[in-house]
Amino acid sequence: MANKITVGHVHMSGCTGCLVSLADNYLGLIKILDDYADLVYGLTLADVRHIPEMDVALVEGSVCIQDHESVEDIKTARKKAKIVVAVGGCAASGNINRFDRGGQHNQPQHESYVPISDLIDVDVFIPGCAPTPQMIRNVCVMAYLLLRGSDDQKALAAKYLKPLMALAKNPIASKANFNTLMQEVINVGLCMGCGSCAGACPVRAISMEFGKPQGARDLCINCGACYSQCPRSFFHFEVMDEYEAITDIINGAMK
Amino acid sequence: MNVLGKYKSVVSARSTDKEILKASQDGGIVTSLFAYALEQGIIDGAVLAGPSSRPWQPQPFVATTRAELLKARGTKYNICPQISMLKEATRSYGLDKVGIVGVPCQIQATRKAQLYPIGMRDVPDKIALVVGIYCMEVFPYKGMQLIVEDHAGQKLQSVKKMEIGKGKFTVITERGNVTQLPLKVTHKYEQPGCHVCLDYVANTADVSTGSVGSPDGWSTVFVRSRIGEDVWGKAMAAGCFETKPIDQVKPGLEMVTKLATEKITKNQKTVDERAHFGVGKALRNPYI
Amino acid sequence: MEIFTEHVNGIMIHKITIGHIHESGCTGCLAALMDNYQGIFTILDKYADLVYGLTLVDVRKIPKMDVALIEGSVCIQDKLATDEVREVRDKSSVVIAIGGCACSGNITRFDRGGQQNQPQHESFVPVSDLIDVDIFVPACAPTPEALRNVCVMTYLLLRGNDEQKALAGMYLKPLMDLARSPYGSKASFNTLMQEVINLGLCMGCGSCAAACPVRAITMEYGKPQGLRDLCVNCGACFSQCPRSFFDHELMEHHEQIMGMLKAVMQ
Repeated sequence: MANKITVGHVHMSGCTGCLVSLADNYLGLIKILDDYADLVYGLTLADVRHIPEMDVALVEGSVCIQDHESVEDIKTARKKAKIVVAVGGCAASGNINRFDRGGQHNQPQHESYVPISDLIDVDVFIPGCAPTPQMIRNVCVMAYLLLRGSDDQKALAAKYLKPLMALAKNPIASKANFNTLMQEVINVGLCMGCGSCAGACPVRAISMEFGKPQGARDLCINCGACYSQCPRSFFHFEVMDEYEAITDIINGAMK
Repeated sequence: MNVLGKYKSVVSARSTDKEILKASQDGGIVTSLFAYALEQGIIDGAVLAGPSSRPWQPQPFVATTRAELLKARGTKYNICPQISMLKEATRSYGLDKVGIVGVPCQIQATRKAQLYPIGMRDVPDKIALVVGIYCMEVFPYKGMQLIVEDHAGQKLQSVKKMEIGKGKFTVITERGNVTQLPLKVTHKYEQPGCHVCLDYVANTADVSTGSVGSPDGWSTVFVRSRIGEDVWGKAMAAGCFETKPIDQVKPGLEMVTKLATEKITKNQKTVDERAHFGVGKALRNPYI
Repeated sequence: MEIFTEHVNGIMIHKITIGHIHESGCTGCLAALMDNYQGIFTILDKYADLVYGLTLVDVRKIPKMDVALIEGSVCIQDKLATDEVREVRDKSSVVIAIGGCACSGNITRFDRGGQQNQPQHESFVPVSDLIDVDIFVPACAPTPEALRNVCVMTYLLLRGNDEQKALAGMYLKPLMDLARSPYGSKASFNTLMQEVINLGLCMGCGSCAAACPVRAITMEYGKPQGLRDLCVNCGACFSQCPRSFFDHELMEHHEQIMGMLKAVMQ
């Protein structure tokens, strides 16, 4: 396949769970690597020492600002990649790294972690801890179509990615947690009690009481899944109207 | 910015109280001044860094007697959140005249609590004496543990005194073993939050003190405010301290100025670098 | 530093006019203002006329005023409330959000409706979501001292001489910045994490732990840990933190400012 795009996996401070989630596409991952994308960078996966030029950088994990090398890495990733995707809660909104206070052997001074959009411009957000295999797959396929597809496919991919790109530019999204769902959806009169948030929360912190979400906030890990899954955080009719076409194109690509 | 802040007078001083001097870090200034203030009713208690259940981990506590004050002698070089007890001192302890000792950032926090008492009800008017200690930086507990146990090879439990001075981190054990590490080794374990601090000698304290500038066993004391002048004057008159003019001791004020300038210049650079930390993005600057 | 007042037949003609506007809150902020005890009389005698306030002033319609102290958040399903804050903005020179509810939503963030007999009143927003707010006085309740300081400083800003105006401007600036900042109106313990701790600014002083009205913050190994389930979104921890805002130049004059505040309250 001469037209494959190049993809790199850039590992900042995270648990490799996002990478596992990508691999959880099972045969789908093989399909992606066979037909659509070459993995040109990835710790232990690709035998490449320096971050190369690439079409898409999938960044997992947040950045420790006391770790000079991490800061340089993320800057390099931005320079070398056409599209930077923040994969997972740590990269997108800080996630559990928000709770870091340092004191770990043998770098106790590594204590301050920020989502990558605090340091670089990010193009696409995939929130969630872990992000779902299907979301990562969708974004990979859509990125391929955006860069290599026909005009129609390009337009469709752009439409699909637009809300995730808007999320990446939205300062609220990089600070997402259950409070964000309260502040941006519930408190502003948008919640209609569908329960998406409760379904999306990976730590089961959200229950629906009298039809409205209640959060056990001590459990919240700041992954942003509740807010971004909510149909009232973003819902673009022009994308959703293409529901069938989008499903078809992804299913077709993965066959 | 004047690196030494505003002050009314500066001297080299030492406590005249033998009991206090026995276990104090340098000149016993803080303990003696609080002991005097307590005795005279200038304060009815003080928020200090005292011992905790972990060796060398300080824990804030409220002292209301001389015996309790003595428990807080000596420098611990790691974080002790005194300000967390500030409101508590006026509440659970019912103090009306609170003394507080702290490093420059904590004195800043105290003054902010007074001028912007957003969550500090009944605190502003009950602060009676604010004593600042010079500070270059501190270590988080785990960082200090790593320095002492991994680098100096000593158990924290066996350490009698720690000192920072003359480019060295010195660990002295109960049995007399002395280990010195160059500060080059310890720098990386400093608390990152210290690297944006633009105050070395506690510019906004009533009285600020530290060993720098004075001979061994003595401390350099800045008297800064009306309260500071009043309390220091009375304590002097009561014979709590012996003093020498600062221009007659070695290394003198020049050394204080040098270190203050070093710290502030270095940390201002950190603050400046934060303005372009990312690719076209800044980390928040708390001072604007 | 002298305060500028002018006596004409015993009447202070230079007082400013202040109103207390009560949105969805518990009247705790008003109680905190009253907790200045004699101080509230001094303020009302010398510096400010209270021209509007539920049960306090016999005025039905919101009048023109210099300063509006708004307490409580606004229910967007309650048209009377939303109309009222808009009117307040139109009629006041300075709008001050006092307390957590007005500034950052506070406990009204947890409202999900369902209360008799207006179960549909379920969405409450801080006032700055609807109108431009000039000054924030966060916390639940805001302290009597903070309210007093802001009243005095606003008086000086509007009626003082040039020097006093400059001082009041300097004092109020961080609270004005807070009112304009994207995180001021969304403050909670998370904000302390995101804007201070995660950015490498925390030095473990413990101000946040002392400021928290619900004791949700403890200092573990020298750093703040929050029981987020207890957090009421009052914003006290973040705004009390010396690394949220700190103006070295102003703080250098802490003694004069404290002295001045004491003098004007006598």
